[in-house]
Amino acid sequence: MISAVSKPSLWTGLIAGLGLAVLFVLSLAVGVSPLPLNKVLSDPEAMQLLAVSRLPRTFAAVLCGAGLAIAGLIMQTLSRNRFVEPATAGTAQSAELGILLVTLLFPAAALWVKTLVAGGAALVGTSVFLATAHRLPPQQPFLVPLFGIVYGGVIGAVATFAAWQADLLQFLSVWTNGEFSGVLRGRYELLWIAALMVAVAWIVADRLTIMALGREASIGLGIDYARMMQIGLVIVSVITALAVVIVGMIPFVGLAVPNIVSRLMGDNVRGTLGWVAAGGAGLVLACDIAGRLLRYPYEIPVGTVMGVVGGAVFLWLLFRRGGHG
Amino acid sequence: MIRIENVSFKHRATPILSDISLDIPKGGVVALIGPNGAGKSTLLSLVARLQPLQAGVISVDGLPVDTTPSRDLAKVLAILRQDTTIASRLRVRELVGFGRFPHGRGRLTQEDDAIVDAAVAQFDLTDLSDRFIETLSGGQRQRALVAMAFAQDTDYLLLDEPLNNLDMYYARALMRSLRSVADANGKTVVIVLHDINQASAHADRIVAMKSGRIIADGTPGEILTPDMLDTVFGFRMRVETIEGKPFALHQL
Ligand SMILES: Nc1ncnc2c1ncn2[C@@H]1O[C@H](COP(=O)(O)OP(=O)(O)OP(=O)(O)O)[C@@H](O)[C@H]1O
Ligand SMILES: [Mg+2]
Repeated sequence: MISAVSKPSLWTGLIAGLGLAVLFVLSLAVGVSPLPLNKVLSDPEAMQLLAVSRLPRTFAAVLCGAGLAIAGLIMQTLSRNRFVEPATAGTAQSAELGILLVTLLFPAAALWVKTLVAGGAALVGTSVFLATAHRLPPQQPFLVPLFGIVYGGVIGAVATFAAWQADLLQFLSVWTNGEFSGVLRGRYELLWIAALMVAVAWIVADRLTIMALGREASIGLGIDYARMMQIGLVIVSVITALAVVIVGMIPFVGLAVPNIVSRLMGDNVRGTLGWVAAGGAGLVLACDIAGRLLRYPYEIPVGTVMGVVGGAVFLWLLFRRGGHG
Repeated sequence: MIRIENVSFKHRATPILSDISLDIPKGGVVALIGPNGAGKSTLLSLVARLQPLQAGVISVDGLPVDTTPSRDLAKVLAILRQDTTIASRLRVRELVGFGRFPHGRGRLTQEDDAIVDAAVAQFDLTDLSDRFIETLSGGQRQRALVAMAFAQDTDYLLLDEPLNNLDMYYARALMRSLRSVADANGKTVVIVLHDINQASAHADRIVAMKSGRIIADGTPGEILTPDMLDTVFGFRMRVETIEGKPFALHQL
């Protein structure tokens, strides 16, 4: 909204864009069967590999990264707490429980049906989380993430128990730990809906900034607070459900990226949304590439890599905050 | 005109406001005074539709506050609350700019920019305009919040203890700004004040509340008398007249 927000210079933007492009190309090139990028256009086999596997995988990483980072940003806005994200506050666990149940009851359901059910479950789970979070005393900001972790843990435990009973534990781990190696053309396209959700977030960016000022300030400026809450919840739930169903949950993106962007640029969503999305995409791409290279030719799932990287960033944020107040 | 008719408000079983009726015609500065817990903030928040009405009717320029779409009211009425805390990292100019949100729904025209710049300048925030709110002093932050309410540029302005944290210079400057928007632009300002001498110096009318009721309503000359102030605040104070205006020596 505000013109004075153009703090990061054009150069910063160009360098960031270039970095993202390099990661994108690297992600296309790296893999068990080498893909010489200079020969792609002349070599039909390489072209095939690119179109069926590498390009979908790379797009999936970009979409998941950008989407989950935005979902984290919105969740932090709605709960007015910087330390929550879909992976730790019950959203992802609810989505997992949802898809587990639909898989148990209707194993033959189409992917989009399962996604829809997972999205609905995520919506319910996140609504309950937020309703409770708003009742916690704001003087103790760590209560909200703590409650989220316990709450997510309980739902996760229910899912694990149900999966164990039904002998579906292996399936569950597919949803709880993100991995891009299975992403192929024809199996990931629903993820583009995450891009749509990011676009919706862009449209309501100013309203999100105002929401972060609190309920009263929002009403004073004529915002339909309850309605915006619903829109935010839908964005968060849909993105999380898509990630869970298609690649499995990736933790910490939604936590680390919005926090770092906020530190560097502030909280005017209109100005930061693009950076959060790009940062999420870049982080997930980088972790996926690292996961492919670290034990080459074997792969480490991106969820695992991110758990380590993101955990370190999270601790850093916590300790920095101590000094900041 | 702000019309408040038979408004009562309870918190659980505790009555907070009891059968309040008050008309505030358009134009002018009305000061709302009264001891802590009298219900001033509650009344203001009801007028500004921040809490749902339980009993009675409130309308602003004929628009009932409980049924008029919030975004329409936001173009007519702005409120600065007593206990606003900004947890977001926003720059001063960004925050003041959001005061324009009701008008352009996020798109700032040149005219909006000019209004925001004027509000920023009016409260001496130009040098601070690129600073994050969290890095400001209490008084600077308060000025930024007041500037945001001014930028909303509504006909009705409700300010709940806006002098909090302001030094003498800025307190006086704010009161004079309010006086001038009321006189020059016909705005209606309702302001909660604890400094009754500011009310006496700058307001047209003083409304005194106590225990959820309006107990006095009149010009500064009518309200600032030892008897009346004793009724409102519970102790006697000397009142002196300087340049035709009554001032209470409540420190003595
Ligand atoms: N959330 C709440 N729960 C219980 N009581 C409340 C609540 N909010 C306000 N009250 C009570 O309502 C009464 C009026 O409060 P209000 O904030 O309107 O007073 P005020 O006149 O603005 O006081 P002050 O000068 O201290 O700002 C007080 O007795 C207060 O304790
Ligand atoms: Mg008050």
